[in-house]
Amino acid sequence: MKIHEFQAKQLFRDYGIPTLRGETAGSPEEVEKVGRDLQSAVIVVKAQIHAGGRGKGGGVKLTRSPEDAAAAAREIMSKPLVTHQTGPQGQKVRTLLVEEGCDIDRELYLAIALDRELCTPVIMGSAEGGVEIEELAANSPEKIIREAFDPEIGLQPFQARRMAFRLGLKKPTTGPAVKIILALARLFNEKDCSLVEINPLVVTKDQKVLALDAKINFDGSALFRHPAIAKLRDVFEEDEMEREAADHDLSYVRLDGNIGCMVNGAGLAMATMDIIKHCGGEPANFLDVGGGATKEKVTEAFKILLSDKEVKAVLVNIFGGIMKCDVIAEGVIAAVQEVGMSIPLVVRLEGTNVDRGREMLNASGLAIETASDMFSAAKKAVEAAAQTAAS
Amino acid sequence: MSILVDKNTKLVVQGITGGSGRFHTSQAVEYGTNVVAGVTPGKGGTECDGIPVFDTVSDAVEKTGANASVVYVPAGFAADAILEAMDAEIPVIVCITEGIPALDMVPVHSKLKTSDSRLVGPNCPGVISPEECKIGIMPGYIHKKGRIGVLSRSGTLTYEAVWQLTELGLGQSTCIGIGGDPIIGTNFIDALELYNADPDTDAVVMIGEIGGSAEEQAAAYVKSEMKKPVVGFIAGRTAPPGKRMGHAGAIISGGKGTAEGKVDALLAAGISVADNPSVLGKTLVKALG
Repeated sequence: MKIHEFQAKQLFRDYGIPTLRGETAGSPEEVEKVGRDLQSAVIVVKAQIHAGGRGKGGGVKLTRSPEDAAAAAREIMSKPLVTHQTGPQGQKVRTLLVEEGCDIDRELYLAIALDRELCTPVIMGSAEGGVEIEELAANSPEKIIREAFDPEIGLQPFQARRMAFRLGLKKPTTGPAVKIILALARLFNEKDCSLVEINPLVVTKDQKVLALDAKINFDGSALFRHPAIAKLRDVFEEDEMEREAADHDLSYVRLDGNIGCMVNGAGLAMATMDIIKHCGGEPANFLDVGGGATKEKVTEAFKILLSDKEVKAVLVNIFGGIMKCDVIAEGVIAAVQEVGMSIPLVVRLEGTNVDRGREMLNASGLAIETASDMFSAAKKAVEAAAQTAAS
Repeated sequence: MSILVDKNTKLVVQGITGGSGRFHTSQAVEYGTNVVAGVTPGKGGTECDGIPVFDTVSDAVEKTGANASVVYVPAGFAADAILEAMDAEIPVIVCITEGIPALDMVPVHSKLKTSDSRLVGPNCPGVISPEECKIGIMPGYIHKKGRIGVLSRSGTLTYEAVWQLTELGLGQSTCIGIGGDPIIGTNFIDALELYNADPDTDAVVMIGEIGGSAEEQAAAYVKSEMKKPVVGFIAGRTAPPGKRMGHAGAIISGGKGTAEGKVDALLAAGISVADNPSVLGKTLVKALG
């Protein structure tokens, strides 16, 4: 789960990681008021959306007066903010963070993520902050300093010191930097983060170290033990259909094609998308109804699939293991009857009680095309989608 | 013969009285798995469908001689259940539970390095040596005893591959679902080593997916060590970067973990790669010559 910069900065302050003074605002008028209260020569107005690349997208403005800050806010809020991570439709800006400015001497980079090869969190630092870290990692990996957490006792103070020295920090900034590194590690572990990032971590001209930006992602599987963090979720940032799916315990990702897919199991769902492409079509989504799909889940899944107006045909691919095919057939029939379908539906069932399941689909009187294997099912769905699109 | 589990396996079920634990235990018993004990803290001394229930794993091991464990314990307690099974020195621990917090698995993975226990999973369908022992949630009847190893990060996609093999008359020695989480116990290489050393496995089907670099590492192992044919498939060729495809581990990030990169690595290691999942069985037949 992602949260906003202002929420992440609050957590930073809770852990003793210094940030600039600032407050959120929901309108240009509020921005002006906050700007006045800050009494700062420089007022920074920052769009609060989850996607990265806000600066380059025009979502961060440096101003010199409360009035200018209000004007900047008006401009940012006038249209959806488009960055390389939002897609061309952009993201509506509902909240702005208004902060004081600072005189920057140096910009550094600091982040913690789980390293899948080492199977432990790793803190990464770079003396070149403010840049695209993925670019740096690809072009000059030697410029990224790493320290792996001990999997049982965590990141140790000597590692934080070593990192601070390797980042080229000198007295009096090393002490505060070490504190920040250790605090960040504690935050990562205690709050079950999947990513924390400070880009940039700055050293000011008066030798203070502080987080100019803040990014935190949380492990969704651990939210059950962090109720306060779970409340930071911003549903406006989520795709409406993906949110709907998640609320029904369905795993759904919207894609650009026109063949809606409903599959049980993540691997089989990915493989189904792949075979559609292999047959010359484009999947409209990834949708995993899970191993224990019920009639209700199947119905919800259909509703979500069909609410995507781009979908021109639906492909259901179920390998009934523990789930019996006749139960799934019943769910599909009930869903089609309840939701109503005006586009072709291809169903491929395999597994327990498959004959009974296919019989039920055929006897239902509904316009359901059945297929006995993945390839023919995908082929039929691709052809059907092409026909619907042409008519 | 087979790997990891066989007819001598004596299974203890951790979380036997929960909904899925109880259901899948009855399925396993029906298949012929020797389930000797269940564990649910607080329910020691009772029985669940005729199977004695203990409060602790060590009690269960002491009283029944269990030599394998399966974990159906809910996600928030599953890492602790694995550690308990390791403490009781159970050689094979299979964790089915999905959605374990990633950081819970960090110390577990570390402790496994100095333990004699082997963990399969979490978030996996389990392990089956057809007609001998089924541990997990896979449907038993799609399998057939034979000489092909099946190794996969996914659940239902594994069933798809197994079913194709069975339909073609190719039985399986042991099928292992290693799980779709970022941190797992047994990885591709660990399992390939076991298949490589197993005189009753002739070839291996390996099914990977996007995310991480486990397939690339497995390819390197196959190239240098594997004495048996390996056939592969990678799911997620059409998955966009940055989007998690169901499994916590199935995400392309920072340009790493793409299906193309994995397919290229497999091909470079001399592995025959099925270009779509419906021809996995046929690809194996071709590789066997």
